[in-house]
Amino acid sequence: MATVTFDHATRIYPGTERPAVDSLDLHIEDGEFLVLVGPSGCGKSTSLRMLAGLEDVNSGNIFIGDRNVTDVQPKDRDIAMVFQNYALYPHMTVADNMGFALKIAGTPKAEIRTRVEEAAKILDLTQYLDRKPKALSGGQRQRVAMGRAIVRQPQVFLMDEPLSNLDAKLRVQTRTQIAGLQRRLGVTTVYVTHDQTEALTMGDRIAVLKDGLLQQVGTPREMYDRPANVFVAGFIGSPAMNIGTFPVLNGAANLGSTRVTLPREAITALSDDDKGHITVGFRPEDLDVVPAGTPDSIPVSVNIVEELGSDAFVYGSLTDDFGNAETIHSGAGDAQVIVRIDPRGVPAKGEKIAVKVRPNDLHLFHAGTGERF
Amino acid sequence: MAQSLQITAASADPALLDLPWHIALEDWPTSALAALPRGISRHIVRFARLSGRVIAVKEIGETVAFREYELLRQLRRLDVPSVVPLGVITGRHAQDGEPLEAALITEHLQFALPYRALFSQSLRPDTATRLIDALAVLLVRLHLAGFYWGDVSLSNTLFRRDAETFAAYLVDAETGDLHEKLTDGQRSYDLEIARVNIIGELMDLQAGEFLEDDTDAVAIGDALAVRYEELWRALTEVESFGFGDRWRVQARIDRLNDLGFDVDEIDITTDVDGTTVRIQPKVVDAGHHSRRLMRLTGLDVQENQARRLLNDLDEYRAATDRQREDEAFVAHDWLTEVFEPAVRAVPRDLRGKLEPAQVFHELLDHRWYLSQQQHRDVPMDETVASYLSTILPLRPDEQAILGGLPGDIRDETGAIPSVEDAAVKDAVAQD
Repeated sequence: MATVTFDHATRIYPGTERPAVDSLDLHIEDGEFLVLVGPSGCGKSTSLRMLAGLEDVNSGNIFIGDRNVTDVQPKDRDIAMVFQNYALYPHMTVADNMGFALKIAGTPKAEIRTRVEEAAKILDLTQYLDRKPKALSGGQRQRVAMGRAIVRQPQVFLMDEPLSNLDAKLRVQTRTQIAGLQRRLGVTTVYVTHDQTEALTMGDRIAVLKDGLLQQVGTPREMYDRPANVFVAGFIGSPAMNIGTFPVLNGAANLGSTRVTLPREAITALSDDDKGHITVGFRPEDLDVVPAGTPDSIPVSVNIVEELGSDAFVYGSLTDDFGNAETIHSGAGDAQVIVRIDPRGVPAKGEKIAVKVRPNDLHLFHAGTGERF
Repeated sequence: MAQSLQITAASADPALLDLPWHIALEDWPTSALAALPRGISRHIVRFARLSGRVIAVKEIGETVAFREYELLRQLRRLDVPSVVPLGVITGRHAQDGEPLEAALITEHLQFALPYRALFSQSLRPDTATRLIDALAVLLVRLHLAGFYWGDVSLSNTLFRRDAETFAAYLVDAETGDLHEKLTDGQRSYDLEIARVNIIGELMDLQAGEFLEDDTDAVAIGDALAVRYEELWRALTEVESFGFGDRWRVQARIDRLNDLGFDVDEIDITTDVDGTTVRIQPKVVDAGHHSRRLMRLTGLDVQENQARRLLNDLDEYRAATDRQREDEAFVAHDWLTEVFEPAVRAVPRDLRGKLEPAQVFHELLDHRWYLSQQQHRDVPMDETVASYLSTILPLRPDEQAILGGLPGDIRDETGAIPSVEDAAVKDAVAQD
């Protein structure tokens, strides 16, 4: 087991000018589950492939433990790409399906058996070891595939969107299994996904990338509570954060007919680049429904109510009473806000409600750079 | 909301609508299926008949299906041997409204042989070698084109007879990616995946007792890596020599032609004082012989079949004393006087046995055998008559192997078929 370090690692694809991964600095602790997440083209898969040795590192270095692996061939890096190939062999027993790579490597039979039995115990497959894959359920087959990687006892597991081929139900199941298994095995794991829910639920830490640049790395809680910039704020969290950019007048952000008082530190930290504006973010759960006409409230026309049992979300449009409607956006689109409400008192579709932002739960960003205050 | 069934295809065959898309592929009725042997796949794959051809249907997630469809189309454009993608079916629903997975449709390659049908208990060592050679050529061609396969295996490949060898085709591109140029890391990892997968697949055949236990699976897998590296070096290596040894440029080109590749572009540099020349092939194209045959005769055949046919064309030229004539005229006469009469003599009901070019290759072998036996030059018409009565009828149909099991298909390709041998062997195979 080992740490993984990206040290100013850069990948520039031939024939392109902008790096696919730009001077990535990232240290992953021994035994940690780190998720690389971001929209398509952000460089997450490229970063993983650089670690795997599939992509050249044009400048900088990559270390596994203390070993500089920048120029080491993939098969000599002591890593395992999990789930890359999980077709099981029909005539081999589950044990042989798990252990055949060791047999190829010339590992003694007794040791193969020990390692396979250990892996089977962790994977809950002990009773199936002498059966053929045909007798297994879909989930069990997935675990056999995982077992293949485990018996090799690599330093690092790499997983590149391993759940993308699965249907929604199996995806949620497997997600929990992988995360639980990784905790039990304690093998350093780097996991790539475009799905922020997967990232939040699985990772010890999450690294968000965009355009080849690392935006922020932290625990799921840190990423959710203190996003470092507007991009991370909008990307992490489901439903997404409501975000808008407003002029600052008399110590407050002016949201149409509404005002949100800003902390003094934010006012003094405004830069020329911000041009007298501030970007304000508030999560759906940081809004209170208030009686119509309450000062500084925002009028919202209800489009859809999403009831999830424990929660309910209103997806609403800003009404004409609210100036600057187009400046607010959320996961639901421009001039749309998402509000979490008490599921025991949901408004009807088409109804108008008034909501008010809780001032302490605001996320404030520079309008110019998008960085957090 | 239930969305309606959608077919995405370059030219959709309306008959596609007749297939039971509202049923999960696993449960398709046998009436809809063509009984072809299935390889090892992580997805459900079935073969179905459609307007007189056979199609392969694979159930996968929608995004993956579209991605693979597009990749296969790009591979076709790059002229890499691969299956032809026909389309993607989305918006499938069971009768109770439950959504079903998307399906990718590819055309089944005629006369293609899955490895499980080729490896059998009576596996001859050189069959394994020939399959591995074919796969090495395919992998090198894919890598030259910038394709990282990600899951190279015998299951993801189909083989077609190519004279005494095989030609390999990519059938599964799901894990692949196209790049501008592959890194050494990508190539070496792809090769390592191939090695491990092949050994695994052979061990699986051994576990199922379709392959002798004493066959050395690891050695066969290792052989792929060796063959690949040799071929890759021959095609891409920089060669340096003194200025006086410039004949080596042509020698290098000849060597690549022998390997079946054309050199479209070669880098030649000399050092400052002009004493050393360095050459490196930049753009190479597979299919040297098949392109030449195509140019001369219009016949579109595999590389080694073309080599064999070209040799016969050369013999014809010598025998008719026409070496000084334009090659294209001689080729035309050879085509109408030798090749076409021979393959046309095959009765219609025997045409599903082998491809015409492969029949001609076997005829050449048979002629050699008869001539040896009778100590005279047996003419082609006699050869054809003998071959049609004693050899071809006993061959299994390979156009679309139905209900095949390992061992059904004869595994020898290079042997000169002798009447007795072939009769016995094929009689056994038909049991």
